[in-house]
Amino acid sequence: MPGSETTVVMTPVVRDESTSGLLRELVAHLRQNRTQLREEWARRITEAKLLTAMSPEEVFAEATAVYDNYLEALETGSIEALETYARNLSERIIPRGVETNEVVGIVLLLRDVLARSLFAKYRRDFEQLDHILDAYEPAANRIAITVSVGFVQERERVIRQQQEAIRELSTPVLPVRERLLILPIIGIIDPQRARQLTEQLLRGIRVNRAKVVVMDITGVPAMDATVANHLVQTVEAARLLGATVIVTGLSPEIAQTLVNIGVDLGKMNTVGDMQGGIEEAERLLGYRVAPVVVETAAAAP
Amino acid sequence: MTVPILKQRDYLIASIQAALTDADLKHLRDALVAQVGDYRSRGVIVDVTALDVMDSFAVRTLRDLAHMTRLRGAETVIVGIQPEVAFAMTQLGLRLEGVAAALDLEEGLAYLDSRVKRGGMTRQRLEG
Amino acid sequence: MSQRVTVNNTGPMTDGVRLDRAQITVPITSDLDIVAARQRGRLLAVELGYTATQATLIATAISELARNIVLYATRGEILLTGANDGARVGIVVTARDQGPGIKDVPYAIAGGHSTSGGLGLGLAGVRRLMDVFEITSLLGQGTTVTVTSWKR
Ligand SMILES: Nc1ncnc2c1ncn2[C@@H]1O[C@H](COP(=O)(O)OP(=O)(O)OP(=O)(O)O)[C@@H](O)[C@H]1O
Ligand SMILES: [Mg+2]
Repeated sequence: MPGSETTVVMTPVVRDESTSGLLRELVAHLRQNRTQLREEWARRITEAKLLTAMSPEEVFAEATAVYDNYLEALETGSIEALETYARNLSERIIPRGVETNEVVGIVLLLRDVLARSLFAKYRRDFEQLDHILDAYEPAANRIAITVSVGFVQERERVIRQQQEAIRELSTPVLPVRERLLILPIIGIIDPQRARQLTEQLLRGIRVNRAKVVVMDITGVPAMDATVANHLVQTVEAARLLGATVIVTGLSPEIAQTLVNIGVDLGKMNTVGDMQGGIEEAERLLGYRVAPVVVETAAAAP
Repeated sequence: MTVPILKQRDYLIASIQAALTDADLKHLRDALVAQVGDYRSRGVIVDVTALDVMDSFAVRTLRDLAHMTRLRGAETVIVGIQPEVAFAMTQLGLRLEGVAAALDLEEGLAYLDSRVKRGGMTRQRLEG
Repeated sequence: MSQRVTVNNTGPMTDGVRLDRAQITVPITSDLDIVAARQRGRLLAVELGYTATQATLIATAISELARNIVLYATRGEILLTGANDGARVGIVVTARDQGPGIKDVPYAIAGGHSTSGGLGLGLAGVRRLMDVFEITSLLGQGTTVTVTSWKR
């Protein structure tokens, strides 16, 4: 590519010397007691009736992975690997119905198990325990937050995705006859739905080689100026693909909104109801349907 | 990057093959406006299927092209705007006001045929 | 006096937006670079898994910003960076130049005003194409526009 180049910027991880020394010591201890601490944690998870949707083997396997990632995060101070793992884990367990409180619960349990083990080890040396905890607490908190937040965000993402899928189903683009699409819109349109609807319609026009679209908004209760603007954009975008949009079912309120934002309703193709819209569409497409008689009558001198 | 301009019947057809710089686009506009006169064309088709972005400059240039060719007696139709591009254009707030658009080349030709048949009789008589 | 305007279409930013380490710099000196910058931006969007529609929105925004650089500041650069706020993947586009700056920033981004016979739609449009829009301009010093698009 002409004139392009790549710069790589590294962000250094700054960490205080003594803290990292303490964390090293701490990690060594936790690594040494890995088997026992991990089992202890898994046992307490079961006791607390957390992750009941998963089998004991599964709980143990995940506990192992979380434990190892946890140590790594403590050791390196980088939560990236743990973050990725947490997102991965969330992806796997969300469909199985694992709840937020369970995830927060198990992370707090691990924190507790590890803290107890540190107490046991440094029981005789309070000063050292103090230092160790000073180093451990912030790191452990950061890890707990990372995992919990990761879970919640993944859940939100899944919910958003499902909403999107539901929306897509709720606004079908129907090819009713050659070159004619019908788009019945029901319910509130927000900017996000307006965007999705437009994308769907444009794809539909392309695939069906549609020339006319009847967009029926009888089922849309209200519309603010922002959404009305989106509607106008949708009509224009369709035109750019060579399709004419006929809007039907415009309520007096929505018509008012459109006029208020400065839409020239005379330029917009509007027809009272869907039936009328389809007739108009067929006329545009050059089909001669019922009103032939009327035409002849009108044309007669 | 120059855009080949084909002459077919009364029409000029420009098919853009790849991304165009601003200078390329202006050059295309000028070439089409000139050739409409040279060949007494009745219609111009600009095929933009290959354009993956149409920003304010591209839209303004195409709009000017359409208006200028109309003043010289030829109708312009833009064909092949991709769905994503149409979406981005309208989001950006761009209108191809007063310019015809059609799905593809075939549709563009059909559009021009219908226009020339309907509105073009008087002019043909005058010329003929 | 430096003017700075931020428009956030996605509600308050979650703190902790992290920029990826790799950053792409595209110098902008001519209209050829406008094409290069938007193609590079689209490529990054596709690499990060953006839909074709969103990649097109991003490429279009880059095109507008790069053209403003060529037109008003003669030269400058476009920086492209992947970003992450924990929940979402994003692309941050920074267009910066050491050109003349903008006299009245709110006026320039309101749309419909151009000093070059344009449509005056570029900046106003970019605001609609992207989720977060930030502009800082200092007369005689230059302009920096930073925009973010979150992956949907
Ligand atoms: N990088 C810049 N440096 C200096 N002035 C700028 C810069 N970018 C924009 N401007 C000023 O802001 C105004 C608005 O910019 P905007 O891109 O919205 O519209 P435009 O470039 O005039 O027209 P269009 O982009 O629609 O072709 C410009 O006319 C120009 O005066
Ligand atoms: Mg501009």
